Amino acid sequence: MAQQLTPPQWSTGKSPMRHGDVPFRAGTVALASAVVLLVFAVAGMLYVSSQEARTAFGWDLLFGTVWNPIETELSPMSFGGWPAVRGTLLSALIALIIAAPLAIGIGIFLAELCPLSLRTPLSFLVELLAAVPSVIYGVWGVFVFIPFFNSAFANPISTTIGSYIPWFAGPISTGRGLLVTGVILALMILPTIASLTRDVLGLVPNTQREAMLAIGATRWETIWLAVIPYSRAGIIGAIMLGLGRALGETMAATMLVGNSQRISESLFAPATTAASLVANELTNSVSSLHESALISVAFALFGITLFLNFGARLLIWYVERSTRGGRS
Amino acid sequence: MERAMTLTRGIGFGELVAQRAKTGQLAVATENKIEMQKFGFHYGSFKAVHDVTMVMPSNRVTAIIGPSGCGKSTLLRSINRMHDATTGARAEGQLRLDGSNVYDADVDSVLLRRRVGMVFQRPNPFQLSIFENVAYGLRVLGIRNRKTLAERVEQSLRRAALWDEVKDRLHSSYGTALSGGQQQRLCIARTIATNPEVILMDEPCSALDPIASLKIEDLIYDLREQFTIVIVTHNMQQAARVSDITAFMLMNREKHYGELVESGPTDKLFTAPTDKRTEDYISGQFG
Repeated sequence: MAQQLTPPQWSTGKSPMRHGDVPFRAGTVALASAVVLLVFAVAGMLYVSSQEARTAFGWDLLFGTVWNPIETELSPMSFGGWPAVRGTLLSALIALIIAAPLAIGIGIFLAELCPLSLRTPLSFLVELLAAVPSVIYGVWGVFVFIPFFNSAFANPISTTIGSYIPWFAGPISTGRGLLVTGVILALMILPTIASLTRDVLGLVPNTQREAMLAIGATRWETIWLAVIPYSRAGIIGAIMLGLGRALGETMAATMLVGNSQRISESLFAPATTAASLVANELTNSVSSLHESALISVAFALFGITLFLNFGARLLIWYVERSTRGGRS
Repeated sequence: MERAMTLTRGIGFGELVAQRAKTGQLAVATENKIEMQKFGFHYGSFKAVHDVTMVMPSNRVTAIIGPSGCGKSTLLRSINRMHDATTGARAEGQLRLDGSNVYDADVDSVLLRRRVGMVFQRPNPFQLSIFENVAYGLRVLGIRNRKTLAERVEQSLRRAALWDEVKDRLHSSYGTALSGGQQQRLCIARTIATNPEVILMDEPCSALDPIASLKIEDLIYDLREQFTIVIVTHNMQQAARVSDITAFMLMNREKHYGELVESGPTDKLFTAPTDKRTEDYISGQFG
């Protein structure tokens, strides 16, 4: 007769987590919640510090058009952030219009068409472009790009088309303005969008390409009809990350935008952005109200970024949902 | 088509082939659709397939069997030049489709693939509706007329034995939402929609359960009336069930390339193989 086996003892009566798991879990939970807390801390600080200006000016802080921190006999003190908000949105939009198609093209080339021997060096160069500090873009913009831009574009365009379309109206003074800023911002966000697009396209399973090739599609049809639709959500995400960077860029914008609080329809005229306004004036604010108003502008920038990110999430979610059914 | 669908566990190859033979050979006259002559294939310095000489008749199913790594998939994919985008991939010898070499310099691989379609190991539908999955190939061919598209899609889905299962949700359901077997039949529908002459199948059932596999096998059997089919399979019973011609490939132990051991009518290869290695393989002594 076989010996009776005692059933194995599974339960130890203790927590199901092994002891190494407890601190590990606690640590990661703490770090994850720190991120959430940080966002709320920043928002809270911006909210509290902008209180004074918000009670004094209300929505004028966002939509008022006159920004005048020092009261004089001719002009009363006023804090209207619209020039900055408008400048931020316009320069980012210009950057996106220029950068997105170029960057997606670069991403497609790197992921789909580039010979293997070129892929690594080219990818490296593209990523290097992202690592260049923004002040260097600013310097390059001031000393190289603006003179070139003025003689090759701004002057000829403002004297011809500019007489009909106010966006391109002259006169060109320094050449600093939203268009120049937008172009340099485009250069700065180009590598972000390009390398993310390349990565996202790299995730498309080869089976999708093969399916397309096997029904007699050309390389172009394969990319356009199978690869890009598959990675739509990711490409939108890449563009949104680029947009986020363009919205918040401070240094290059400050150096190139001209820092003028006057709203001009011409994209060649000096303007300002929210980030450059805060960076320029916060350290030498003339009153606590001035400081509070600047923080309100920063708060608005925070809000815009948050809002756009949220919108991007929604868009990605929508695109992913519309291609639901799992990825084969 | 009346054909005994038997799960063949426990049935010998001889019986299997005899059973199949009862359903009769096709009346269609055959000619050599694909001829390989001293055909070899390299990836860079690595030789994957060496010196294959064989013929694949039209309107017949040719199965390529052999253990993993013997080059059977490489051989299959070289028929419609799927390797074109792979750097260093290179063919030698001749691979003729209707008498003309597929690897001639003036052959456009896109046009070639419109004549030689392919079904893959893992079902790979697009993330589109069922209808669009089938219509995509037609659109690539330049067919825009909605009525023509709808007709061709229905026809293809019917021939792929999928129509009844999906006719109510052609536009509302995604191809990727179907079951594995349905996805594979959808991929077959997508392939036959463009009306190729040859259909290549790379282990089309390896990701499917036995019932779904049998459905695909039945389909393959029916499709040969209209197409020339070349199928790669791990499964010898499957080869015995669906094919008319079987080619057995093996990795050469010394030279490390895949080579053709023998090819011939399926019943003969499985019942009276001429090569000792074939006999060993089909009797399960290695592989």
